[in-house]
Amino acid sequence: MTGTWLAVLVTAAGCYALKLAGLTVPRRVLARPLPRRFAELVPVALLAALTVVQTFASGQSLHADPARLAGMGAAVAALLARAPFLAVIIAAAGTAAALRALGLG
Amino acid sequence: MADQAGLAPVTAPARPVRDGLALGIAVGTSGLAFGAAAVSSGLTAAQACVLSLLAFTGASQFALAGAVAAGGSLAAGTASAILLGSRNALYGLRLAGLLEARGAGRLLAALGVIDEVAAVTLAQPDGTSARAGFRATFVSIYLTWNLATVVGALGAGRLGSPQDLGLDVVGPAAFLALIWPRLRAGWTERGVGVLGAAIALAATPLCPPGVPVILAASAALAGALAAGPAGLDVPAGGSP
Repeated sequence: MTGTWLAVLVTAAGCYALKLAGLTVPRRVLARPLPRRFAELVPVALLAALTVVQTFASGQSLHADPARLAGMGAAVAALLARAPFLAVIIAAAGTAAALRALGLG
Repeated sequence: MADQAGLAPVTAPARPVRDGLALGIAVGTSGLAFGAAAVSSGLTAAQACVLSLLAFTGASQFALAGAVAAGGSLAAGTASAILLGSRNALYGLRLAGLLEARGAGRLLAALGVIDEVAAVTLAQPDGTSARAGFRATFVSIYLTWNLATVVGALGAGRLGSPQDLGLDVVGPAAFLALIWPRLRAGWTERGVGVLGAAIALAATPLCPPGVPVILAASAALAGALAAGPAGLDVPAGGSP
């Protein structure tokens, strides 16, 4: 077995073990107020972080791709207009794709 | 929660399935990018497919491919890929009480605990739609991601850029849409979202990719400490 295969298999096992670990935490831990509030708020923090990182970062550098920013602007506008989920996604991707097709991205 | 996630019960059963399937297919196609990147990084097509089948968490997969491409220490690359997966453990904490999975069902459900699946599941107003959303998103993203990985790995270099279709905006737009109702739910949630975003942006130039998002979890800890015991608006069926 090559080192690369070992790295692939250890990564797969480690990633799966982490997913399973979260699901198997005993309920009594989450019955306590602080762990419960933490678990409830974690997705908000992580998804907000993912949103801005995937919008503004490429690798370790922060930069604003104009088409991507415009796409996110369209998503915010759609959300403020209370558009359904799918319309938000289509507005975002469609805006970015259209600007790039026009050579503006 | 008088908005998207809390709509009338009439639409509740259809929405999680439809949204989950659509998001899974849209995001899963970025498996094309992973397959292509993995092969051009020096992984074999088989190794790319094993990662998508078993690790099934995009950020970790890209991190390992990047480490292989950089030619650095494989052990360090493996460690950072696994570290990136730690946020899935945090999602699992939140999902455990909603999914109520046991035994073999839990072993299978664990594979599906990733960003997009957690986001759809937690945006639902009750336990039944949460479980429907989990299944729909998991199945559609798993199948699409793996199929796209194969195509990307075998066709590396011959594909158009996913960016031309605006697919790079699907992820962040979906995450924003899915936490939108939570951000409107109260000051604690809004503060945690803004603080998490700020931490991640501030850490981006200083840390390897992926780590800033993990650091953002500290915003949730701050929010949990700041909020009183009754300070949160918890979706129905969400209490463990």
